[in-house]
Amino acid sequence: MAANITGLTTVYRKEKNKERKKTGGDLNSVRANLLLYVMFLPGMILTFLFSYLPMFGIIIAFKKVNLRDGILSSPWIGFKNFEMVLKNSNAWISIRNTVAYNAVFIITGLIFSVALAIALSILKNKLSSKVYQTIYIMPHFLSMVIVAYLVFAFLNMESGFINKSVLPIIFGEGAQKINWYAESGMWPYILFIVRTWKTVGYGSIVYLAAIAGIDMGMYEAAKIDGANLWQQILNITLPSLKTIMTIMTIMNVGHIFSADFGLFYNVPMNSGALYPTTLVINTYVYNVMTAAGTASTGMASAAAMLQSVLGFVLVIVTNAIVRKVDESSALF
Amino acid sequence: MQSENRCLNIILQIIFICMAAACIFPLILVISISFSDQEAIARFGYRLIPDKFSIDAYKYVLASGSGIGHAYLVTILSTVSGTFLSVLVIAMYAYPLSREGLKYKGFFTFYIFFTMLFSGGLVAWYMVVTRVLCLGNTIWALILPLTMSAWYVIIMRTFFQTSIPASLIESARLDGAGAFTVLIKIVFPLALPAVATIALFQTLAYWNDWWNPMLLITDKNLYNLQFLLQVMMKNIQMLSEESMSADAVTQIAENIPQESVRMALCVVAMGPILIVYPFFQKYFIQGLTIGAVKG
Repeated sequence: MAANITGLTTVYRKEKNKERKKTGGDLNSVRANLLLYVMFLPGMILTFLFSYLPMFGIIIAFKKVNLRDGILSSPWIGFKNFEMVLKNSNAWISIRNTVAYNAVFIITGLIFSVALAIALSILKNKLSSKVYQTIYIMPHFLSMVIVAYLVFAFLNMESGFINKSVLPIIFGEGAQKINWYAESGMWPYILFIVRTWKTVGYGSIVYLAAIAGIDMGMYEAAKIDGANLWQQILNITLPSLKTIMTIMTIMNVGHIFSADFGLFYNVPMNSGALYPTTLVINTYVYNVMTAAGTASTGMASAAAMLQSVLGFVLVIVTNAIVRKVDESSALF
Repeated sequence: MQSENRCLNIILQIIFICMAAACIFPLILVISISFSDQEAIARFGYRLIPDKFSIDAYKYVLASGSGIGHAYLVTILSTVSGTFLSVLVIAMYAYPLSREGLKYKGFFTFYIFFTMLFSGGLVAWYMVVTRVLCLGNTIWALILPLTMSAWYVIIMRTFFQTSIPASLIESARLDGAGAFTVLIKIVFPLALPAVATIALFQTLAYWNDWWNPMLLITDKNLYNLQFLLQVMMKNIQMLSEESMSADAVTQIAENIPQESVRMALCVVAMGPILIVYPFFQKYFIQGLTIGAVKG
């Protein structure tokens, strides 16, 4: 997603300029191009129903929603829902986890993806480079439900690969079985491995494409000057990637309050014992929302709204920073 | 210099091979479990090479006792119709945006662009979709929420702008072709790579969707593959939690297939994607890198 967002780049702004420049022409008349406007309709309606209506639905956060009265006629209760969220210890755990995990993922994801892209690009054999790339991207195409099964094959208490095959080899036959889905201390590492496994290959695509765009003449010149491979990477490749690395990172920071639901819900199987290390804002909201009782609906929507608003502000701020770094890469 | 590079190349190759093995290893493990005999699993646990080879799990899956046949149909139906609808809606939104000088274009761009910045949050979305749109437990719940995508509209718009000469469209219009005719007869064929890219992204999104059914589907007849697998996993988890009564435990246990069957289901669900994606990888990369790298 982060990669996608940078892609937006200037399109939006450029277009505005173009529009201004153009005067006259037959496209300027609305009536003559009615059919073109009709084409917008299906997309507009769907966007309205699934994106704009829920924005109005934010009022739920300020109401005591009950099934009998429905959304609109339920009583207003001001900021009570927000107070409830802020007093809830799980909410704070989820906020802490979300930010901490995302911070680690942003940094390590950047390092691994760039390193992988550079390594793939210096491989002499282009065919094998393609084959490796295909293999590394593969995990991206599996859903998190499937990934949860793959992880389960390793961590299953009774017959999992680790408990039954790996631990006996390391500690001998009498090795103690570990109940992985109850050991919250292990999960930061497990989630880190799973996330790295699933995303680094795909994340390297953007950098690989950027490296392919670097002028080969620079490397030739460097070689003539006697620069070794390491110096070439340090002085040509990395500086060329600097802008896109900065932008990707800033964009990711803009989404630091939203976690990958699938990773934190499916892979730990939403196990209650693991909440101290696996609960993130998205799963917290879902769990509260699906819990029995209507009081929770208001609380969940308050938490969701906090997340949306914080996310919105952060995206605006980070975009302003991106514009300072490289104006053409800013989202808007 | 030369020998130094050759040495580096060999080291890199070794690292790459190890990483490739790490990427594939979990898949091989799951495939191997799916071909294992249940008793062997009980005795030796999951092994990389089955202690006793058996295709019972697949026989069971194919005998449709697991509901997988139906889930497959639901997945295929929602994927095919969803992708078709989605590409159509996205292309229809993207085409006018790609026409230079169209009046009020800024508004229509902002209209979808804003949805990428701000959302109402899960709860409000859920309330609207279930209470206002009443999509709960309908096939539309698996199709409509994923149909429109602001990001894909912008990708496709960029493709249209760069790959279709405006003069071609103008001359077609002078010959009397309507906007829809131009879109279908001229824009689609010329922008086929773009259409294919978006279609692939959406096929993948629909095929791998467990999120919408998790929120909106309770009717077993509307389970898709991913959701069926997720529900199964949830039941396993419930079994391991201690608070359950003995009756409930036996009841749930009866509904959970054996381990090899579960993994066979998993293989069946991911199989088509794994077989197909290497052939379309180029399009995925194209879709991801368009506009992302400044030339």
